[in-house]
Amino acid sequence: MSEEIIKDVIVGENEDYIINMGPQHPSTHGVLRLEVCLKGETVKYLIPHIGYIHRGIEKMCEANTYQQIIHLTDRMDYLSAHMNNEAVCMVVEDAMQVEVPERVKYIRTILNELNRLASHQLWWCAFGMDLGALTTFFYGLRDREMILDIFEESFGSRLLHSFNTPGGLMHDVHPNFQNRIKEFISYFRKKLPEYDQLLTGNVIFQERAKGVGFMSKETAIGYGVTGPSGRGSGFSCDIRKIAPYGAYDKVQFNEILETGGDVFARYQVRMAEMRESLSILEQLVDNIPEGDFTAKMKPIIKLPAGEYFRRVETARGELAVYVVSDGNKSPYRMKFRTPNFSNLFVMNEIAAGCKIADLIAISGSLDLVIPDIDR
Amino acid sequence: MSSNIFDFATLTGSVHSWLSGMMSSGWVIFTEMVLVGLVFLLMYALIGLFLVYLERKVCAIIQNRVGPNRVGKWGLLQTIADLIKLLLKELIPIRKSDPLLFNLAPFIVIIASFLAMAALPYAKGLQAIDFNIGVFYVMAVSSLGVVGILLAGWSSNSKYSLIGAMRSGAQIVSYELSVGLSLLAIVVFSGSMQLSTIVESQANGWWIFKGHIPAIISFIVFLIASTAEINRGPFDLAEAESELTAGFHTEYSGIKFAFFFLAEYMNMFIVSALGATVFLGGWMPFHIGEWEGFNQIMDYIPSVVWFFGKTFFLILIIMWFKWTFPRLRIDQLLTLEWKYLLPISLFNIVLIAFLVLMGWHF
Repeated sequence: MSEEIIKDVIVGENEDYIINMGPQHPSTHGVLRLEVCLKGETVKYLIPHIGYIHRGIEKMCEANTYQQIIHLTDRMDYLSAHMNNEAVCMVVEDAMQVEVPERVKYIRTILNELNRLASHQLWWCAFGMDLGALTTFFYGLRDREMILDIFEESFGSRLLHSFNTPGGLMHDVHPNFQNRIKEFISYFRKKLPEYDQLLTGNVIFQERAKGVGFMSKETAIGYGVTGPSGRGSGFSCDIRKIAPYGAYDKVQFNEILETGGDVFARYQVRMAEMRESLSILEQLVDNIPEGDFTAKMKPIIKLPAGEYFRRVETARGELAVYVVSDGNKSPYRMKFRTPNFSNLFVMNEIAAGCKIADLIAISGSLDLVIPDIDR
Repeated sequence: MSSNIFDFATLTGSVHSWLSGMMSSGWVIFTEMVLVGLVFLLMYALIGLFLVYLERKVCAIIQNRVGPNRVGKWGLLQTIADLIKLLLKELIPIRKSDPLLFNLAPFIVIIASFLAMAALPYAKGLQAIDFNIGVFYVMAVSSLGVVGILLAGWSSNSKYSLIGAMRSGAQIVSYELSVGLSLLAIVVFSGSMQLSTIVESQANGWWIFKGHIPAIISFIVFLIASTAEINRGPFDLAEAESELTAGFHTEYSGIKFAFFFLAEYMNMFIVSALGATVFLGGWMPFHIGEWEGFNQIMDYIPSVVWFFGKTFFLILIIMWFKWTFPRLRIDQLLTLEWKYLLPISLFNIVLIAFLVLMGWHF
């Protein structure tokens, strides 16, 4: 009996202890499967297996019009739904050479930052949970609720709000929009220190986060790790700074860079980005110009034949959209360069040699959204 | 001094004499054993159910939630509903598991916590067995539980379970030392391992007040180490939800899972009760030196209330730990024990021995 168990539990002749984390596992935040080879508690190597939630979004785009494609992009990185929409909209606007009204640019930028805040809040919740601090989850969700309420009031949906259309917005924002954002800013400014008190300052948390999962700047650039994860290693990759879009050229904000490269550095980048987003919101919320909520667009959009490319900064990094059009109403080929795909595959590099618990901390600090990897 | 505290020995004594009048002495012992067993079973179930409810309410308060509030008034019947659900659930057999050990493990865990309950003094004169090595006995039987956890992890033919069991083994064996040494501190103070004697020795002040700083140190060490010993957060590595799904009891379902669950909560009760008995005076009321009037008033509060009040105070602290702190990593956990807690406790013991030798405690 027991010999059978030994053969079964300890796999293979080389006595590698391989466990499959996922596709159903509480800490992979989705259907990601990590094949982890262990030696005791130490991770020898890991192989990410993806594709469990592959829906063929890029292929589906080829059969849909540009207005319809926007609704598909929501489903990639569902926590940065607005940024994904905007990327496609901007590609279409570029190709059609449409100048969107100033009002639209401002509102889009505000929504970008609100969405980034909501995403970072949820990351903070989940990251605390990954490390075993269960209360963070409810603190973060409590504050995220206010942002989702703003979304709900203006667009009718809370998570996947396909509010952008090529040329502008679906409709104008709710009259309460500005007041509620101001309310949220003053509320969240008070609540952010709570986050630090509960988690950042905790000795156990710092022990768990500092010096764990070190990613050098070279590794980050080599793997194309962008967003807060890349900036935690000192890789300056903020598209909002490099190639400003929307109203980002009209606001003062800093690109947050940390040089630590460990889990704690990535944590601090996101915490600082929340503060930065609040200050961007403060600068924009009172200055939304009057005007139309959309530019005049033809009902059927046909992009001129050619190749178009546009990139935006989502909450997780650089999202690039590449469209090849043959002049029809749907694209000939559409390619998304999603941030999580690159961010995932650096894991083997930085997690080898650490403990199982560190592996969870690292995957939490990379802030992976699995549907964005598989598309 | 505590003459007007109700002594449960009068109640149990009258039951004994009533039974003796009816049957021979052999039958009396048998009947009494059955009675005590039933009382413990009932108490075990009630305290377990209440602790689960309490945990859910406490964590709800900490997390800005309401907690269970649908079944019964304030959700009081929620855990009973959960229990019925667990009783009715299918016991899923695990392929290629070791059926004997797999089924045995939950019983070992629950029996270990049962045995420990027998020796605790719940009130004046209310103690099933008053061993002269009470502290040692409670320590010994409560650490039997790790055998069950190791068996559960080993026999369920799951890799997560095995990792959880390995962690649990390393953790419990290490932290046993600190728990033992911190309890030994009070044994040195009171000069006895008998729990009733330890309680009696605190009639004029609890050891945490009488024992100067060393007693406070050993109390803190006890609190940390016992939290680790019962596998609760921030030391819940054996079941680390985000890492090992549920650790050693991943593969258990239905009532077998409920046994692990219940035993975990009862272990929390036992260490808290032990801590309350040894450091906070057990059922002994709070007395201040020569303030006769104040002491009289304190004596009117029944000793059962004192015991459970102190125990639940410690339980609330342990719950507070769990819902606030992140989880430690396995190497940090062992570092904490072997590099910090153990040397501190060893030094503390020497200090206490010195204090007692010089007669510097009250």
